[in-house]
Amino acid sequence: MESDFLKISNGVMVRRKDIPQLPFDRFCQTVLDFKGQIVQFFAYMDSHCKLLIVLRNKNLFVAGCDVPEKYKALTLKSEKFHMFEREIAEQYAIEPVDHPWLKSVRYHQNYQQKPDCFGNDYQDDIPGVYPYYAIQGEEIHEVGVGPVHAGIIEPGHFRFNCIGEKVLHLEIQLGYQHRGVEPLLCKVPLKRLPIIVEGIAGDTTIANSICYAQAAESLSAITVDRDTQISRTIAMEIERIANHIGDLGALSNDVAFLMPSAFYGRIRGDFLNMLLLLSGNRFGKGLIRPGGMYEPITEDQRQILIKNVNILRPQIEHVADLLLNHPGVLSRFESTGYVAKETAENLGMVGVAGRASGIPYDVRHHFPTGFYQKLTIDPKIESTGDVFARANVRYREVLQSLKIIETLLQQPNRPKMSPRTIQFQPSAFVVTLNEAFRGELSHCILTDHKGHILRYKVKDPSFHNWTGLEMALRGQEISDFPLCNKSFNLSYCGFDL
Amino acid sequence: MIKCLSNRWEQGHRTSTYPKETILLPERYRGKPVINNNCDQKIIDQCARNCPQEAIDPDHCTIDLGRCVFCGTCERLSQGQFIQFTNDFEFAFTQKKDCITNGSIPDLNQHVNVPAQKLFGKSLQLRQVSAGGCNACEADTNVLNTPFFDLSRFGIQFVASPRHADGLLITGPVTRNMRTALLQTYEAIPSPKIVIAVGSCALSGGPFRGSPDICDDLNDLMKVDLLVPGCPPHPLTILYALLGVIGGGSSQPIVIH
Repeated sequence: MESDFLKISNGVMVRRKDIPQLPFDRFCQTVLDFKGQIVQFFAYMDSHCKLLIVLRNKNLFVAGCDVPEKYKALTLKSEKFHMFEREIAEQYAIEPVDHPWLKSVRYHQNYQQKPDCFGNDYQDDIPGVYPYYAIQGEEIHEVGVGPVHAGIIEPGHFRFNCIGEKVLHLEIQLGYQHRGVEPLLCKVPLKRLPIIVEGIAGDTTIANSICYAQAAESLSAITVDRDTQISRTIAMEIERIANHIGDLGALSNDVAFLMPSAFYGRIRGDFLNMLLLLSGNRFGKGLIRPGGMYEPITEDQRQILIKNVNILRPQIEHVADLLLNHPGVLSRFESTGYVAKETAENLGMVGVAGRASGIPYDVRHHFPTGFYQKLTIDPKIESTGDVFARANVRYREVLQSLKIIETLLQQPNRPKMSPRTIQFQPSAFVVTLNEAFRGELSHCILTDHKGHILRYKVKDPSFHNWTGLEMALRGQEISDFPLCNKSFNLSYCGFDL
Repeated sequence: MIKCLSNRWEQGHRTSTYPKETILLPERYRGKPVINNNCDQKIIDQCARNCPQEAIDPDHCTIDLGRCVFCGTCERLSQGQFIQFTNDFEFAFTQKKDCITNGSIPDLNQHVNVPAQKLFGKSLQLRQVSAGGCNACEADTNVLNTPFFDLSRFGIQFVASPRHADGLLITGPVTRNMRTALLQTYEAIPSPKIVIAVGSCALSGGPFRGSPDICDDLNDLMKVDLLVPGCPPHPLTILYALLGVIGGGSSQPIVIH
């Protein structure tokens, strides 16, 4: 029942006492009945342990409840709770009874120093001592890959159950990158926050920084001016283009078509260099701060950006023509790594992977903030749910983002604001959502009665989508794993936190 | 085929001539710092208080470049009077203690016992391990394989197996969950081997310093031969440091163990 929730807006603070606290049974029933997806679902410690959920359909809703130490798992009724319930169990030792696959998400001691739900001994620093899903039979064999992989890539463990070349089941176990970001954000001085947030995931620096900045601004009653919003939008779209172009190059490399891979590898660098030009850092670290930017986009820089975009646009189009119309490439991309729309909806998939399976969800369209409210963003969807669909969504979004940048660069950018000292409202709550290049990224801050951060929750789009990759591999040849993996390009560090 | 040729024609030749000719980075890039030791103590104190990384020691007028994330706060606050970040990207260290600097940054040719150049001068194969890195350092290492930097023209390659490697390039603050995998990779590399730490996280824990989920100091786990500061270091800084190992850059060869 929607009436049980408080309707909220993206990036707008509400007082914590206004968030409905439901009786636990009613909370469970209401969230199960809700027709929509989960944005955030986590536990936090106030005087006692509580749950908080943010849900979305066409609007955003929030509700909370007190939580017992054990309860009947919601995953039994709906699989989109699967990873969230495991995370809550790991962070706060609240056991979802009869959860179909209860094991740790990241491998760390819970925040309450309570007895563990999983029976892990954290003195032992080898994660992965828990059981993996196994299939038995004479012709079944298991392939374990990682945590250290063959290339320059982040660590994670992949466990395949195969019959011959065919993958029956893939289980992905992460956590190797776990740096303890969330508890760290709650206890360090505020001056460290932007630096830590920028380090959550380097390739998503801009999106994470904007999520944090909007949350901090909302909690400090700061409104940024139009030109600051525009420059943030430009940075966000440059980040999206750089990453999508890099992914298309990497996909090309994985089908051994080296030419587009080399070209796109270089063009990606040209977009990172645009961020270097604006911020002094190729990933845009230092660019976004609560309240504004230290150094606005100068007139010279604006002219350089316009010139570079004009040079790069035809090159991007020509390389895409070479890549996406090549019969050899199509034979590898098409029908590989299929995820049905129904599966994607059940898992709550977001972003590029969700849109490639036909889910028309884009935060820039559905819950726009900043200058996106003034833009018309039409979500790029495909229906085939395969590697080709994910590649093509990326390419179409690159063209869309180029157009956004071109439009926004037409006017000189003269922001009137610069970064400010922030002071958070006491007993407040805010959630921010932004469409990072992988999909819906969300930050959530709860403050205590003194205005200190009580709980900082980060949810990377990969939190929804890793399970989608597992599903994409079912029935595929194991040799197609790198291609499928690249077509999702999910974050390890953003997930592991 | 026609498309391949026309694209090839359009893309042209992109490989840089570095290190023969240097590259000018944009004005806002924050590279090797210049420190003014005669700066007003009040300004230094203010910089130290506001440094998000607590990298400035106001009593000794030094900055720890292992900790620094090059955010530019001190330069901005002191209006360049205390610290100025130049756009010189050529700096790296062979000893952790040298990262704490009052402005003088030693050349890469410290502590020469056996020149690495002799062993790895024409071929250096490295195994990269990300141990909690945010993928910025990883991406800016990987980018050295793209046509502009074209790392393989120097005989340097990243390899899949530690058994084929001459050394280890580490990024990230070394999470507890990666500690064992990192040590096993290190063990699997045949001696003599070099260890290169890239980025503020690997040098000091970086933004995540103080977290109980990371190891305090990589130096406690293994001997680090080369330290590349930055968050992340510019790819050219990493390239400069790697060339230091093989003696192919503008710097002198460093030592290995």
